[in-house]
Amino acid sequence: MGLSNASGDLSTEVEVDAFRCLFPLRFYEKHLLESIRPDARPLGRARETTIALGAVASANGSALAKIGSTTMLAAIKMEVMTPSLETPDEGCIAIDFHMPPICSPIVRPGRPAEAAPVVAKQLSDTILSSGMINLKELSLVSGKAAWMAYLDIYCLDADGALFDTALLSAVAAFSHLEIPVVSLNDDGKIVLSEEQGLSDREPVNKEKRKINLSSIPFSLTCVLHKNYILADPTAEEESIMDTIVTVVLDSSSQLVSLHKPGGTVLAYTSAIQDCIALTRQRVKELQKILEEAISGMEVD
Amino acid sequence: MEVDGEDGRTQNQLRPLACSHNILYRAHGSASWSLRTRTLRKQTGQIDNLLKSHLMRMRPWLNGNKEALEFKFLHVWEWFRYSGLPVRVQLLEEEYEMILKRTLQSICLLTINPNTTTSIIIQVINDDGALLSCAINAACVALVDAGIPTEHLAVAICCCVAKSGCKMKAFAYLAFLNCVHSVLPEGSSSVQGEPIEHGIVTSVTNDIMSEDNYFYSLERGRAASVRVVRVSQEELATALN
Repeated sequence: MGLSNASGDLSTEVEVDAFRCLFPLRFYEKHLLESIRPDARPLGRARETTIALGAVASANGSALAKIGSTTMLAAIKMEVMTPSLETPDEGCIAIDFHMPPICSPIVRPGRPAEAAPVVAKQLSDTILSSGMINLKELSLVSGKAAWMAYLDIYCLDADGALFDTALLSAVAAFSHLEIPVVSLNDDGKIVLSEEQGLSDREPVNKEKRKINLSSIPFSLTCVLHKNYILADPTAEEESIMDTIVTVVLDSSSQLVSLHKPGGTVLAYTSAIQDCIALTRQRVKELQKILEEAISGMEVD
Repeated sequence: MEVDGEDGRTQNQLRPLACSHNILYRAHGSASWSLRTRTLRKQTGQIDNLLKSHLMRMRPWLNGNKEALEFKFLHVWEWFRYSGLPVRVQLLEEEYEMILKRTLQSICLLTINPNTTTSIIIQVINDDGALLSCAINAACVALVDAGIPTEHLAVAICCCVAKSGCKMKAFAYLAFLNCVHSVLPEGSSSVQGEPIEHGIVTSVTNDIMSEDNYFYSLERGRAASVRVVRVSQEELATALN
């Protein structure tokens, strides 16, 4: 008369939705035995991914990325500032990640979400250490003026794999970024030039240019449960199976970050190698999607 | 490649570990874990990486049938190092809290005392690198000192990949299981051909490293963790006597 017997008997009598709520782990395990997930994805496949560039017209660069239902909006605003004394010819990037209450019923207004600072720190570490952006490109006048890029990422819908979507939207926003034209005015200050060349001042940089992105990082989050590895979990899967591994690889297959914060399932070397292999596949998919989005913008 | 660190250590040498328990009177359990960095130059003072962790049982808290673990990670705010940017320290604290919580949640037996909250507070006295691994080790010793039953313990180590010239390129924090099997003479059980001590509980990497470097540092980490385990076991053995 144990619980396992009870759920086994009930599974034939109770409706699917009720079984899913009452015994979520058993519901998933029944699917995993057939190597499939409730949304008909095979275990190693990620959800449908889309990128829309230029979602925010007032920002210098922006992108809206969706993986399944998880939606992130990234926007970059550029500002001129004086570089620090230690790095006089380098600009700066400030990364901020917000989870407003709109994204999930778990996030209450007034209280920051638990996951927000963790994803924020992971994001800023990944973007700055991956070497995607050469900070020297953000310099204007050595020692006097450099660009500060404020990257803000808003989570609009939190349905699992938050870090993946956030990183993708940040990368897409940087690829859409156009550095505005500035010129030196009479007081020696840098100001934004007008569009039609009314000014007779010499512009500091000739035209709006895009930054060069080298070795773009892409990531994949997997969930480990017993012997199964599920790629790109939804929020439901993340809450039931608590062992989450996030692997970030860059385009030259270097390991940018491997993040496994505890969890009941131990990761052996074979499991880690499988996760890295799944991530490599995903990197190729994401590279294609990003290139399509960029070329789509250029046609316009 | 023999890389000599600034303090004259070779590749495989650990800093001297010191561990003590039961140092705070008001806490139910406490431990301190320190790694001593020796400076070869004229000593102006020893730089320690000292962490004190203490546990408190809070008053009964309505938490269903599971016990809850609460974490607070308090970093000493060093002005010169973080150049006055408080935001980054706060993010670091919160990230470490989350990692510590998930690491220890999986090894603690949470159903023994329902409706209670165990509060684990880690205070950094001095930060000289390898902070997260020190924190995990200190928290585990404090748990044992408080007498809280746990399924396993965790042992954590920090491995770094160095470029030639001993400039650190990237590092990884790794935590493995420190379970009872390693002490028994019959040998340890193995899962899928790998002994249970090889399973990674937590792994956090910083900066780029190649995949091979990561797996290599896993091996070195496992080897080094054996030494760390011995230190904590000796310390706890004196507690029992």
